[in-house]
Amino acid sequence: MSFLEVRDLSLRIKGEQTRLLRSVSLSVSVGEVRGLVGESGAGKSMIGKAVLGILPRAVEVAGGEIWLDGQNLLALPVAQRRRVIGAKAALIPQDPLTALNPSRRIGPQITDRLVDILGWARNRAEARALELLEEVQIADPARVMRSYPHELSGGMRQRILIASAFAAEPKLIVADEPTTALDVTVQKQILRLIKGMQERHGTALLFVTHDLGVVSKVCQTISVLYAGLMVEDSATAAFYAGPRHAYSRALLAATPKYTDPLGSLTPVPEAVIAAVRAEVAAADGGWHG
Amino acid sequence: MADVMDGRGAVRRKGGLRLWLSACWLAVVVVVALLAPWVAPHDPLAQDLFLGRMPPVWMQGAEPGYYLGTDSLGRDVLSRMIHGARIALAVALFAGVITALLGASLGLLAGFMRGWVDLVISRLIDIWMAFPPVLFSILLIAVLGPGLSSIIIAIVVIDWTRFARVVRAEAMAQGAMDYVQSARVAGRGRLGIMLVEVLPNVLPTVIVLLTLEMGIAVIVEAILSFVNLSISTDDPTWGGMISEGRASIHQAWWVLVFPLATLFLTVLAFSQLGEGLKDRFDPVLR
Repeated sequence: MSFLEVRDLSLRIKGEQTRLLRSVSLSVSVGEVRGLVGESGAGKSMIGKAVLGILPRAVEVAGGEIWLDGQNLLALPVAQRRRVIGAKAALIPQDPLTALNPSRRIGPQITDRLVDILGWARNRAEARALELLEEVQIADPARVMRSYPHELSGGMRQRILIASAFAAEPKLIVADEPTTALDVTVQKQILRLIKGMQERHGTALLFVTHDLGVVSKVCQTISVLYAGLMVEDSATAAFYAGPRHAYSRALLAATPKYTDPLGSLTPVPEAVIAAVRAEVAAADGGWHG
Repeated sequence: MADVMDGRGAVRRKGGLRLWLSACWLAVVVVVALLAPWVAPHDPLAQDLFLGRMPPVWMQGAEPGYYLGTDSLGRDVLSRMIHGARIALAVALFAGVITALLGASLGLLAGFMRGWVDLVISRLIDIWMAFPPVLFSILLIAVLGPGLSSIIIAIVVIDWTRFARVVRAEAMAQGAMDYVQSARVAGRGRLGIMLVEVLPNVLPTVIVLLTLEMGIAVIVEAILSFVNLSISTDDPTWGGMISEGRASIHQAWWVLVFPLATLFLTVLAFSQLGEGLKDRFDPVLR
């Protein structure tokens, strides 16, 4: 069994019938990086949020199971689920500007969870934080620990968030578009950093993104979502050699080419969208939540 | 390779003139109020009918030693203002702090917990705000009876909504930030997130509101004194002095003007102190 297994997960807005996620299944093993791609609104972030137990309050699970390290999260009492997730999983958030508390120093923001929640000694947690900040290539970590977030640049803040995510040695990390808020040159550094950290620490990584270029560099497996329906689940190499699903093919063809910067962009053809929508409707027809 | 520490940490905002001016004025008022029995040149209650309506020292016909003149009963205006500052500041401090604690706690709960907690507190705020505040306070004092504690209770009961509304909105905005989400993933409970993560971010707002509230409390006390609903008429208050001075405005303007000016300056200083502190401590503005 993989470290993370999502089985037939369906989500919906409370009190409504339409599903946001339509019986999605995926798995991530230790050491594996899975890319989760799709248009905005396809539900890719929702999967990550469901796994980490941070769904918006208006969204509820309408069916399915989430297994983390052999435990069925949705069957656990809330407090216990929170402890399991806190010990075994972590989040690298999207926007480094709002993901650090503006009125607290960096040091405690990294060490607090180790001390308060996992019961580490304070000096051990601080040593660990320093070591991690060095690992994410921050110069003068001791000084950064004493800084407030507004004193640091966006790239540095994202490095701190990455360090913080790895602090408790979680076996699963959900990265929710971790490079979207950064400029292109910094993006590349951050991607390389996440990939390197993931390899050294041997974590499972669920990488949510809408950037197929990023997926090709970082991920071993790739899942494509359309309107909450998973239309493709392939190894990355196979995906780029020839996607199985017509929608994935169209999505790949729509990616801008660096070799042809002036070429016009190819939209996903109407016929492909109609076909994938028919699949979505068929999936809904067979579902009784 | 690694990006170095950039210059953002070196940026320091200037405190500004208004912060210093308002802080100085309030410091003077506080010191004078604390040392009232020693700095007041006369007994604020001592009447001398032979010395009624004496003008301030720089005017013709002034009585030496009565720097800001006397009222119609021959009491020293300066001494009465100095003793009045004690009551004004006591009301500002106690009413302000209690209002802030009550209102901010309820606002924080409503804005962060949401759900039915928010529903109950928000409806309560809406209903509360439908009462006309001045009439409400007069009614309250009528029920509680005059006195320092009644004024403080009246201010707290009426003004907590001011804090609750603003802090609720602020807590809601903070609750939507990613750092709150990260804390949830890490396994912190809701109460812990509210107190450790969200509270420090709404504190600057609370402090600004608190200074404004202190100014408002001084005014409310003056209003209640003006309509004779404050503490016993024996004790000198700024509002009471303004009320008494109004009767003899044509013969002795100083009885009205000096307490009024002091009241004005003090309230202005409170609000400017709040603005200045906001510039200084708000992490978003830094």
